Amino acid sequence: MERKIRVLVAKPGLDGHDRGAKIIARALRDAGMEVIYTGLHQTTEMIVETAVQEDVNVIALSLLSGAHMTLFTDVTKLLKEKKMEDVLVVGGGVIPEDDIPELKKAGVSGIFGPGTHTETIVKFIKKNVKR
Amino acid sequence: MNDIASKVLKGDARSIARLITLAENSSPESTSAMKDIHSHTGNAHVIGITGVMGSGKSTLICELTREYRKQGLEVGIIAIDPTSPFSGGALLGDRVRMMELATDDGVFIRSMGTRGMLGGLTSAVYDVVEILDASGKDIVMVETVGVGQAEVDVIKIADTTLVVLVPGLGDAIQTIKAGVMEIADIYVVNKADRSGVEQTLAEVESLVEIACINKDRKTPVLTTISKENKGIAELIDEINKHSDYLKKSNTFEAQRRKRYEAELVEIIRKRLMNFIFDESTFKGKVESLIDQISKKELDPYTAAEEILGRILK
Repeated sequence: MERKIRVLVAKPGLDGHDRGAKIIARALRDAGMEVIYTGLHQTTEMIVETAVQEDVNVIALSLLSGAHMTLFTDVTKLLKEKKMEDVLVVGGGVIPEDDIPELKKAGVSGIFGPGTHTETIVKFIKKNVKR
Repeated sequence: MNDIASKVLKGDARSIARLITLAENSSPESTSAMKDIHSHTGNAHVIGITGVMGSGKSTLICELTREYRKQGLEVGIIAIDPTSPFSGGALLGDRVRMMELATDDGVFIRSMGTRGMLGGLTSAVYDVVEILDASGKDIVMVETVGVGQAEVDVIKIADTTLVVLVPGLGDAIQTIKAGVMEIADIYVVNKADRSGVEQTLAEVESLVEIACINKDRKTPVLTTISKENKGIAELIDEINKHSDYLKKSNTFEAQRRKRYEAELVEIIRKRLMNFIFDESTFKGKVESLIDQISKKELDPYTAAEEILGRILK
């Protein structure tokens, strides 16, 4: 049976910088994954509902506005409510070291800051995908 | 009945999504569910939307969906983008133009990669149409990859096929007329606020004049400006008229029959290819035949006959 890792790449909130998200989307595609790219200004409900319909294995959130503590954890909270903890959540953007432990506790399994090699993210996803 | 099948029939979004994944992966679990739901299908009107890259198919689908929702109808959307033949990955970006539909319970959108299929569709698309249909969607729209000339498979699955064009294609219409220009039930010239729209309309209409001689239905040519929601209600009228025409002219059943024929062929093709090239019993034999062909010890036809002979005996 042929299986492909499906990833939703989404930008929550009002941040308009999507270059990083697009680079990640391409890198994951080149690693053989199916990437659903949804563009800017996503609400938590949009992200989770899209994850349901697209039956993704991974949600990759990108944020450079500084609101990651609220917006990333809103997504993991709603996933928990919907009993979708089998979806791996990773996040990227400008995220201070100090915030990482709390994000991880909230269910954002991988945090990738500026300068991360795309290969590192690909490896992380392949290793940690839950189903 | 299979558990996932009964949930799909109730319209449960997660079960619909999961069954689509299983069908895409040709999982044996999907087969029994697909068997269960078939008798509950046939109610949705299937609209195929095809056209060149950048013609605004996704935005048009978004606007059509908004209009159908106003009428109280539920909509399923299958948006297909190409899979890279090299990495096997795909970047599925049609949702970017449909985000306002994301949280509407009456709309289900699924993005799919072509996964090696040519023709503008993907192998599992027949299954996905059946799943959305069985889940109670009134309208199912299938958006093909951006087409060039030969990606015309959408007519096998659609009740009504829209070919979307844009002004400024100019002579390109002449070059694409041999394939894509033969499959439309309705032509849509989108982005009609752009310059050159009169010329494009004239060219399409003259093609239609020639193509529809001796036919009882003349293919309509409409203009739309998706971004301003112009021409959308008229397009839906035309789709409804086409649906009535299919039923009155008794072509509806014949056309559906063709879809099931294509679906049957696809299931058999997939199973057969799987049997020959992926199952361990045959794999070694096939490899050694390919080696022999490379060394000119054997020709490809004899090799093919040998493989088929083993299956058919």
